[in-house]
Formats: sequence, structure tokens, C-alpha cells
Amino acid sequence: MSELRQEAEAIAEQFSDHLEVGPDEIEERLENLVNEYRVPLEEARRSVTNSYLDDAGMERDELGRGGTEQVRVNDIDEDERWVDLRVKLVDLWEPRSDSISQVGLVGDESGTIKFVAFETSDLPELEEGKAYELSNVVTDEYEGSYSVKLNRTTGITEIDEEIEVGDNAETVEGALVDIQSGSGLIKRCPEEDCTRVLQNGRCSEHGQVEGEFDLRIKGVLDDGETVTEVIFDREATEELTGMGLEEAKDMAMDALDTTVVAEEMAEDVLGRYYRVTGPTFGRYVLVDEMEEPGAVDVESALIEARSI
Amino acid sequence: MSQSTPTREVARRVFASEFNDAGYTFKESDDERAPVYLLLPTGESANRVFFVGTLTEKEDVGEDSEYWRGRIVDPTGTFFVYAGQYQPEAASKLRDLEPPAYVAVVGKPRTYETDDGTVRVSVRPESITEVDASVRDRWVAETAQRTIERVAAFDDEGNEYARMAREEYDLDPETYKAAALSALEDLDETDELAGDGVATEGGVSDGATGDATGSDDAALDDDAEVPDAAGL
Repeated sequence: MSELRQEAEAIAEQFSDHLEVGPDEIEERLENLVNEYRVPLEEARRSVTNSYLDDAGMERDELGRGGTEQVRVNDIDEDERWVDLRVKLVDLWEPRSDSISQVGLVGDESGTIKFVAFETSDLPELEEGKAYELSNVVTDEYEGSYSVKLNRTTGITEIDEEIEVGDNAETVEGALVDIQSGSGLIKRCPEEDCTRVLQNGRCSEHGQVEGEFDLRIKGVLDDGETVTEVIFDREATEELTGMGLEEAKDMAMDALDTTVVAEEMAEDVLGRYYRVTGPTFGRYVLVDEMEEPGAVDVESALIEARSI
Repeated sequence: MSQSTPTREVARRVFASEFNDAGYTFKESDDERAPVYLLLPTGESANRVFFVGTLTEKEDVGEDSEYWRGRIVDPTGTFFVYAGQYQPEAASKLRDLEPPAYVAVVGKPRTYETDDGTVRVSVRPESITEVDASVRDRWVAETAQRTIERVAAFDDEGNEYARMAREEYDLDPETYKAAALSALEDLDETDELAGDGVATEGGVSDGATGDATGSDDAALDDDAEVPDAAGL
């Protein structure tokens, strides 16, 4: 979404209770001022807002924030939604572009989400560890991961509260329909702080290294409506398959091939139903807890089916 | 529902009777390599399916090389799966399995037209694994629910695939709802046969005790499976 569009939607939102005016019309007016008449965006926004205030017979301070609602960060699952957050600044990262003033992670009880603030928005700087109410931020999506963008209309209020930041835990249930490559007995780079999985004995960062064996399953849970990629670490893999690292190594040694391990695991877990819970990491759910749903409750399934 | 990033195709839940009625395939784009979808008569697109049933027969129907055909029966009909040299894992699984056995299959729908113009629908398996009766029961319950949900949404405004199904098929979605309900009811009866404790207590989740009850379950279900499969 362009910055003009963002501004236009923010303005439309502010007037949504007072005027019949859509973001397209506002964007056109902003565009005219900014592109044709070379008015700075800030000034254009002011001028457009003022003219609508006149139309509505309103004073500037009567303007509400529009129809934004306070949400939990882990509930954000839609692109381009205007929302309010109550969050703690968990982490600040190094901006990779000059147009970005601040980038990092904010979090609330439900989990964390990336945020970006732009230089052009002229916002006060946020400080790590402090808690804020952020009003009028807009959600963004990239490859299934969500973030929020602060903008010129964002209200920032520091609050004196301790926010316990959650881990974005999610529970998903479905049939395990696939085990992806890079599962079973794998080797990780032994370099300090590098746990990358080796491809043909090579780490993408450190080159040819003597890898350390580990167990992992990258799987896909599918409930017939959505698919979720899940990662079982060594502990979870052992719990899932009943196979330990030593056993896996022996098996690979006997076969002179590490891929037999994943094949053997697939036998035991593919096509079964699981319910797993764990923090989300990008598009993956990292499995902390798992259970097999066990026998189906036919009685309640029937009642539900008849009610549809 | 379309998503902005290319994601893995979901595995639809569909009973054999509906699956075998679905002869129409389509693509969502002109790209030669665009995914092919089977149009389900209840108004949904399926590029992949997941089903659990009883493998009742297997046969190597290949001429030059191995080409395995398996018949997998659910409460409504029979899925046909074909696996050859390009599905080595599924093919070797079919070679090794001894029918009857409960199997879970993930695979892609395939259609072909016979000389007399009828379209046959089959599955090219990505994976086949042997499972127990509890997995089969869960799949039947889940598939019944998904099917009934699709039928319920069939007349919704903007249901693109339902519109397509109306154009391409002369099939009444209510038949699939009836089949789904009767599959669930059969499951309920099997449940009572198996005795309350075993089937509803949900104790099949872990370890040794689970194995014991699981196989009990399977034995009882096997008996009950025969009348189900009759008349196909």
C-alpha cells in the first residue's frame, strides 16, 4: 500500500462517522496536491482534512480515530486492517533502509509482532522495555507473516504497566499429510550460535563443516480447510516416533543412508491425526505439546452434523 | 480461497461416492504448469485429497513395469489408486500390504476417459500408510462433517465452485449429504457394537494400552465393515 493510500484510508476512517467520503476520492485529492502541486504530504493531509472538517461543520478536536479496535497481536490475521494495540517494545532492530526510523518487535500477552515506523511519519521514538498504547496502526502481510506499520496518524501513549509478553502459541489439529525434506536424521552446523541444517555436509554460512547429528520432523498438518507447517524438534520427534537419536544413528549406519530414518518415521506418523500446540515462528508452529485426539466422539459428531 | 503467497494445496475430505462422480477438471490460470483441480459435485475444488479406508484388493496391472492398482473402500464406495515407477514409495507400499488393511492415503485426483466416453476418477498416491480403526473412524466423522458443510454452503451467494458444479454436473448435492449422514450413523452403530468404554473413552492416545484397545477395535470394525462394503 502506498503512503498516499495509507493516508487516504486513515482520513476516510476518521470521517467515517461524519461524511460519505471514500479513500479513493481522498487519495485522488492528496495525489493532486502532492504530485501536481508539489505540496509536502504533511501539508496536503492537513489541507484535505481541513476541507472535510469544513464540509462536516466540525472542529479539528472533534475528530475521532475512526473505526479502529483494540486487538491482540496474535489475533492479527488480515492485511491492511486499522487496529489499536497495547504492547511492550520487546526488541529494536537495525533499520535496513534510510526511510525506516524504527523497526523491531512489540508484544502483548498473546505474543509478539514486528513493527515498522517510517521517517516520514515524524513519530516520537519508542524505547525498549516500555509499554505503549498505539492507536491507528495498520497491519501488513508478507508471505503469511504479519507485521504492523506505524504511520503519521498513529497515536503513541506511554503507559505505566508491566505487560507479560506471550509466545504466540497456537494450537492446530489435522492429519499429518506430509513429511518434508530436511526431516529425520539431520546434521547441524557446529559453529557457535549457528544451528543451520547442513545440505550435503555444507552450511550455507560456514561452508564444509563436521556436522552434529540431530533429529527433526518438518511436517504438514491438514484439516481439509487449511494447511499448517509444523516443526518437531528432537524432543518432540522422539515423543512422536518413539525413536531416539542413538537408534536413528544406528539405523542410518546399518543402511549406509540417513534417509531411511525419515522413511521409517513416516510409516508411524503419516496419515494420523494430531493436535499440537506451540509458538509460531514465521509460517511454522514449533511443537511444544502434542496429543493424538484418540477415538472420535461419534455421538456429538452426529448431533453437529444434523444441526448444519 | 485465494492467498497472496503460493501455499501448499489443501487435502480435501471427500467420500468415494462423491469423488467418483467428479469427472470435471479445470485450471485457475492459463499457465501450462498451473495446478489442475477436480471439481467436487458439492461445490469445492480439489487438487489433493486425504482419505482413510480399507484396502480390499491390490493387483499389479503393469505390462512392462510394475503398476499397482489398489481398491480402497469407504462407507460410500471405492477409491481406486494407481502407483507405478514414478510413485516408488506408494507402489512398494501397495506391493507389501496384505488386504484387508486400513490405509491412509494422501494423493492427487486423476481423471481419464474410457473408449465409451465415461470419465473415471482415480488417485495417484503421494503416500500410503497403514493405520488403525480409530484413524478410519475419525476420518469418516471428519469427512461427513466437511461434506455436509459443503452442501449447506451450496446455495450461498458467491459460491463460485457451486455455480461451476451446477453448470458442469447434473447431480443433486443432497445425495452426498444423505450418504455422509448415513456413514456417520453406521459409525454410531459400530460404536455401540464395540461397547461404550472402548470407543468413546478416548484412551487410545498413548503407549501400550492404546495398542491393545486399538486392535480390539479393529477386529470388531472389520466384522462391521463387510455389510458396509456390500452393494458397491
